[in-house]
Amino acid sequence: MLDFNNMTITDAHEGLKAGAFSVQDLLDASLHRIEESKDLNSFISITKEYATERAALLDAKISNGDDIPILAGIPLALKDLFNMKGSFTTSGSLMLANYKSPYDASVVTKLKEVDALIVGKNNMDEFACGVSNETSYFGPVLNPWDKTRVPGGSSGGSAAAVAAGQVFYALGTDTGGSIRQPASLCGVVGFKPSYGRVSRFGVNAMASSWDHVGPITRTVKDAALVMNVIAGKDPYDATMPDRPVLDYTAELDDGISGMTIGVPKEFFEEGVDEEVQDIVRSALKECEALGATLKEVSLPMMKYGVAIYYVTTPGELSTNLARLDGVRFGYKPEGEFKNIHEYYAASRGDSFGDEIKRRTMIGTFVLSAGYADAYYKQAQRVRTLVIEDFARVFKEVDVLMAPSSPTVAFKIGEKLDDPLAMYMCDVLTIPANAAGIPAISIPCGFNSEGLPVGLQIMGPQFEESLVLKVAYTYEQATKWHKLHPEI
Amino acid sequence: MKLSKDDVKKIAHLARLRLSDEELDRFLPQLTEILSYVEMLQEVNTKGVLETCQVAGLENIMREDIVDHSLATADDLLSTAALPVVDHQIRINRIM
Repeated sequence: MLDFNNMTITDAHEGLKAGAFSVQDLLDASLHRIEESKDLNSFISITKEYATERAALLDAKISNGDDIPILAGIPLALKDLFNMKGSFTTSGSLMLANYKSPYDASVVTKLKEVDALIVGKNNMDEFACGVSNETSYFGPVLNPWDKTRVPGGSSGGSAAAVAAGQVFYALGTDTGGSIRQPASLCGVVGFKPSYGRVSRFGVNAMASSWDHVGPITRTVKDAALVMNVIAGKDPYDATMPDRPVLDYTAELDDGISGMTIGVPKEFFEEGVDEEVQDIVRSALKECEALGATLKEVSLPMMKYGVAIYYVTTPGELSTNLARLDGVRFGYKPEGEFKNIHEYYAASRGDSFGDEIKRRTMIGTFVLSAGYADAYYKQAQRVRTLVIEDFARVFKEVDVLMAPSSPTVAFKIGEKLDDPLAMYMCDVLTIPANAAGIPAISIPCGFNSEGLPVGLQIMGPQFEESLVLKVAYTYEQATKWHKLHPEI
Repeated sequence: MKLSKDDVKKIAHLARLRLSDEELDRFLPQLTEILSYVEMLQEVNTKGVLETCQVAGLENIMREDIVDHSLATADDLLSTAALPVVDHQIRINRIM
């Protein structure tokens, strides 16, 4: 059986072109690995039939001598909120457990156009609400580095699948850190591009003004290669500025000599584990050795990030989930009902998990008459101040560097009954979502228990190439991305 | 923000959520704690600050109002209904 655990997307592409192995070999290796490590619970469904059919067609193309795009035949997975025609798209919820997508999300269309090989749909926190993957109706995902710990969330299944070598890459979504935080906890690369850079059409929404689509990969260059395919304007998504898609690999080798890296002091304060801080500070020193200058900066409004987030996103979530009523979509409750309201309440009450119930109630409350101005609108105003903070520091520095997560992966069950403690896990990732700026998490070391730590790099809006270049320069100078968990 | 059990009941009704008594008791302190935490936003002086509703930097994106069936037909979309579909319509029980 082929083992692609140490291969990049480029390695696999070259191997396919040279005839060293076939697409079917890659698919078999992926499916074997998924089966072998299924205790991770990283998948909700496998699209084997689709992938097998595509593999045969692609292998025929290759043996015909046809040129193939770089992502062709490379196994990937989708977080289970990307609609893919004919596949179940559950959003990790009983509400949508039987929902089969009637169409493809625009990013899925883009992936299909380059013959990408979609092997399955990843487990996730219910409706992308969670930081531990424990809110999924389909059960928790285990962290491949330590199976007693969470993989992070909400794209926890995707990060675990990539870390465990089940797939080369996955698409996730990041509303307050849901790509970067699990990438950090699983020791892989997670990239959240700018708001509006990648289409959200056909991606089950959580909070529309905060949701971002992005890749989870093993290396920075792989993330750039995936971005090259998924970025760009989509007529079905009206929130996308019409900006050209660059070749995100073009500047990777340019280095960081002469650049100024901002170190926001609020990201290294109480609440952020000291060992995590030390490991990230070592990474900063490494960047200094690579020719960059470090400069301490301040983002004073960042301390309001979690509060802004837990007012505005529940508001948007409760609105987006209002369409799930057991009629047009969703769960059909048992029993007789006196009126349609009773039916709706039964459908939602019986099928939503605790976290969704909490957040839809918070959202309903902050948008209700008499409270909307004090809560929702005030949060939107403070959000403006967070954005102004970033604009100010990006006049002085090229990028910002900080930890991605305040802690390493925590124990399964540890924070389950303490929603607010859970919410604090996103304190370092939320600010980039508030401002819609690109941010990446890359591996930068391990703590004394052997658990991965992530370095977060943030850049100005639409400076994807810059963020990827800085990440790549650090990555190539270190070995962290070459270390994989023993499964 | 100190919520009462009746407040939670009312919010659950507005959110169309059927909750058990046990759930109401469990969520009451949690929602109170979350709403108390976000009260820190009140200390920020936002006089004259505009609200951020989105960060795309766009406004008024217009298009022709043309129905596009290229991705899915109306029947494809109806196929996802939770209730039976009869004559291209979703059948629900009598409600009045």
